[in-house]
Amino acid sequence: MATTTATPLDTKAEAKAAKKKEPKPSFNERWLDKRGWIRRFPLLPALVFTIILTQIPFVATIIISFMNWEAQNPTEIAFGTLDNYVQVFTDPALRSSVFFTIVLTVTVVLVSLALGLGISLLLNRKFFGRGAVRTMMITPFLIVPVAAALLWKHAIYNPVYGLLNGLLTMIGVEAQPDWITDFPRLAIELQLIWYWTPFMTLILLAGLQSRPGDILEAANVDGASAWQTFRFITMPHMRRYLELGGLLGSIYVIQTFDTVFVMTAGALGTANLPFTVYETLYSAQNYGLASAQGVVVVIFSIAIATFLLRTVSTLFEES
Amino acid sequence: MISALAPAPSKLAAERKKSSERGRRLGSRGGNIAAGIAAWAIGLLFVFPVFFMVLTSLHSEVNASTNPPSFFAPLTLDGYREFFGASSGASPWPPLINSATASIISTILVILLAIPAAYALSVKPIKKWTDAMFFFLSTKMLPAVAGLLPLYIIARYLGLLDNINYLLILYTAMNLPIAVWMMRSFLADIPVELFEAAAIDGAGLVRTLRSIIVPIISPGIAATALICFIFAWNELLLANTLTSVIAGTAPVFLTSFVTSQGLFLAKVCAAATIVSLPVIIAGFAAQDKLVQGLSLGAVK
Repeated sequence: MATTTATPLDTKAEAKAAKKKEPKPSFNERWLDKRGWIRRFPLLPALVFTIILTQIPFVATIIISFMNWEAQNPTEIAFGTLDNYVQVFTDPALRSSVFFTIVLTVTVVLVSLALGLGISLLLNRKFFGRGAVRTMMITPFLIVPVAAALLWKHAIYNPVYGLLNGLLTMIGVEAQPDWITDFPRLAIELQLIWYWTPFMTLILLAGLQSRPGDILEAANVDGASAWQTFRFITMPHMRRYLELGGLLGSIYVIQTFDTVFVMTAGALGTANLPFTVYETLYSAQNYGLASAQGVVVVIFSIAIATFLLRTVSTLFEES
Repeated sequence: MISALAPAPSKLAAERKKSSERGRRLGSRGGNIAAGIAAWAIGLLFVFPVFFMVLTSLHSEVNASTNPPSFFAPLTLDGYREFFGASSGASPWPPLINSATASIISTILVILLAIPAAYALSVKPIKKWTDAMFFFLSTKMLPAVAGLLPLYIIARYLGLLDNINYLLILYTAMNLPIAVWMMRSFLADIPVELFEAAAIDGAGLVRTLRSIIVPIISPGIAATALICFIFAWNELLLANTLTSVIAGTAPVFLTSFVTSQGLFLAKVCAAATIVSLPVIIAGFAAQDKLVQGLSLGAVK
């Protein structure tokens, strides 16, 4: 996040200790430290580029979020209002989109994590065609999200000729539900779970394969049962990877736009925050409100990101 | 990235005494066969929608829209002909070319910016520099909606709306953090002595990068490039907000299939297949490095 320079705690402590030992170089010394600049220089283009294109727009978003700015009324632009934020949390439609964003993210991430853990445990065994199954598992993640949403909307959920109702007819069930209309949120969640489970599986499989072999062997020699190995060796080791998958998944799923846009266009209570921001900006042209909504999304993400940074940094320190 | 968490050895020792022979893997082979069958079933379930998409794209419109589905209907390329504008005249080539332009050029820019940055961050890993790394990571977590409005307003005032160059610059910024993190994790495998030797032999920055770094990490660069390509190719929110008829990308073009247009399932499936094809190819090519890229280099 723009503002969180999350430093791992112990690193900060070490840095502080180091500072106490050596006298801090003066500003002049640091400025004239030629070697330092030579080392630093290669970083600068990427850093400057990133700051200009991600941080400055974000700061602008924050500023605009406190403005009364609608494209249709260019004369009434005014700064210094909290109306936009009040509206985000009081307007029932907007409150519903905040709520659905949370429900969607939590459901999709938890279900695909659980499925991913089960599938990765299966994939970690030796069986015929393991590579082929692994490839099959990855495939959903390699369908362009818009294409995947179209596929599910038209080819799978369609009440007349969709695959689901076709299969119901094949097994002799009369009921032909209109999936998206009858279960709009579930339809979106199911499609996203299908898309994100492969991602979780990949991360968790990598975690399983990085379990220290000698400890597993020792457990086997000592006669630990499969359950004991899972409970006392696999799970403690996998905790980090579950956290990583869950947090990264949350960051991505919270930004879901394509599926909502394609499947329901935000109707039937399925408008999440990114979609609402898009609509407020594009259709309603209410810039101030759209910015406030954007800032709310960012605040949610910061909460997740703080935990994620901690997890990533522990994984890195071990390397 | 071996994270050897202490597996509570004392507990294990206690459990060991309780565990009798019956607790030993009940025929590891039998278990593997059962796991194999379950894995195949689940794998087929997950890949089935994709298989159905490709199959439907090869059916005629009439056969594609039956209930129950006619899996064994004769195959035809009509869906693809329709997608490429046989009767409507609307060619998908401009959006496909726009997507290719934005994805490929942004990926090249990303790599050019990320290599020196990752080098600077790994050759002399001072504590403070983790801050820079985490700064890059944090920008990845900034949702696109956070900057969408200013980017839109800037584009409107500078006349950059519907301009593919603007989009590709934004894609570069979007993918740069991933690339820097991935590259850094590849560079971390190179012994520092190598850089020092290069410095002693008088190699400058460009020389070191070109003659030493790039050749060693070229497989990593390829994987990074493929992943950045995938992310850029998939992107919809920015493209849909900032482009329309001229610079519209393939995902934007796909949104024209959102509302039903009579019998068009084969055409939709053909469209989804064609647009996904580059991602599928890139994804399989980068399969081994996919996890590393998706986890920002935290998992190998």
